[in-house]
Amino acid sequence: MRVNIDRDRCCSSGMCVMNVPEVFDQDDQDSLVRLRQTTFRPEQFDDLRLASQLCPGGAITVTEDESSGPTG
Amino acid sequence: MTSTPTTPAVRLPAPHSAGCLFNPPPAYTEAAAAGPLTRADLPGGESCWLATGYAEVRTVLSDRRFSADLRHPNFPFLVAGARELVTDNPAFLRLDDPEHARLRRMVTGDFLVKRVEAMRPAVQRIVDEALDGMTAGRTEADLVADFALPVPSLVICLLLGVPYEDREFFQDVSRTLLNSTSTVERLREAQDELLDYLRGLAARKRERPEDDILSRLATRDDLTPDEAAATGLLLLIAGHETTANMISLSTALLLDRPEQVARLADPAALPGAVEELLRLLTIVHTGVPRVALEDVELGGTTVRAGEGVIAMLSTANRDETVFGGADRPSTDELDLDRDARRHVAFGFGVHQCLGQPLARAELQIALATLFGRLPGLRPAVPRAELAFRTDSFIYGMRSLPVTW
Repeated sequence: MRVNIDRDRCCSSGMCVMNVPEVFDQDDQDSLVRLRQTTFRPEQFDDLRLASQLCPGGAITVTEDESSGPTG
Repeated sequence: MTSTPTTPAVRLPAPHSAGCLFNPPPAYTEAAAAGPLTRADLPGGESCWLATGYAEVRTVLSDRRFSADLRHPNFPFLVAGARELVTDNPAFLRLDDPEHARLRRMVTGDFLVKRVEAMRPAVQRIVDEALDGMTAGRTEADLVADFALPVPSLVICLLLGVPYEDREFFQDVSRTLLNSTSTVERLREAQDELLDYLRGLAARKRERPEDDILSRLATRDDLTPDEAAATGLLLLIAGHETTANMISLSTALLLDRPEQVARLADPAALPGAVEELLRLLTIVHTGVPRVALEDVELGGTTVRAGEGVIAMLSTANRDETVFGGADRPSTDELDLDRDARRHVAFGFGVHQCLGQPLARAELQIALATLFGRLPGLRPAVPRAELAFRTDSFIYGMRSLPVTW
């Protein structure tokens, strides 16, 4: 799974950090989203999908890899 | 208009039912049962759409073809005549990007999740002291006046740099501004009083800056005094009214569901329990106004450019397809073990509540400490005498007499 963040769309709600703190962070300088990791384990996929669905600004996009099963 | 409505238009704001005051007005629930989008009549007589479905509410609030700018000539106001109150400098809640992002980003740093986490000990201290004061030498208190309102007021005063001694003034003016029965004259007076107060405070902070949000806003050279006052007003009202009413409503509901109170004592269950309270109680009962900038397909209908839409958070949060399940109680019921994380109680889209990490921390600490310290907490009046704020844009309780 790949995670793409669009910092221009980030509104700093903190939803991603509250729900998936090991992956997402808020930058100390501009308060915008930052990724702590760029490769993900399968057990994180549900959390990443949730973070994408809950991001109010639509700043987080997840792309399912061909090999990781049906796309959601 | 593009479709023939099959249900009569809902008059906004609709009255609450006397029977269960923890529920949103029945007219909204009935509209939601009939379909995700309904015609509605605003208090000023204009027509608009009422979006009640979860998907439609999220679309209205996040799709940039819907505007939050109240200077738009067709913006749907929930108070008749409120269009006259629009200033040249609306708070960022009522602006679109890029104006919105420019102003919001000036204060996002103060509400970062890590910043709020670091504030937890201070919030705990404020909660402990409020409870000490409420219980000292007494066996009965008004939970609203003695706990639910002081806690978030103290927290936002600390953050913003507003003197807590001025609480009577700003709490009173805020109640007027949020009251759906206030006349336009009264609203204008209250808005002017609070903006004048904040402009004065910001001017003093400019001379002698302190470590607070108003000082940081007042000393920026890319922000006018009017813009700083508008941001201050938004944060001050949103900072104390919403959380205060969530604390009092949550307490009243939990006193009615004593079998669920034990979940608050489990630190692992507490955050989820607060999400469920936010979902079920959704204190913005009147909905969130937007205006379409283009034609948009929504809920099987075309919303035309220039039409207003009210996004009803409370019905979206009771959508069975999102929050229900065969193994769960109805979404009209409190279920502190429900996965409620998808709720839209804080709104959705770029205007989603900026202070939500702080609100969550305050609610978690306030409710766990209150029920932990006062296991015998119970209402001091019969249930039928509880006074709900049925005439406010922020739903809640006028008072909550309790004993322990």
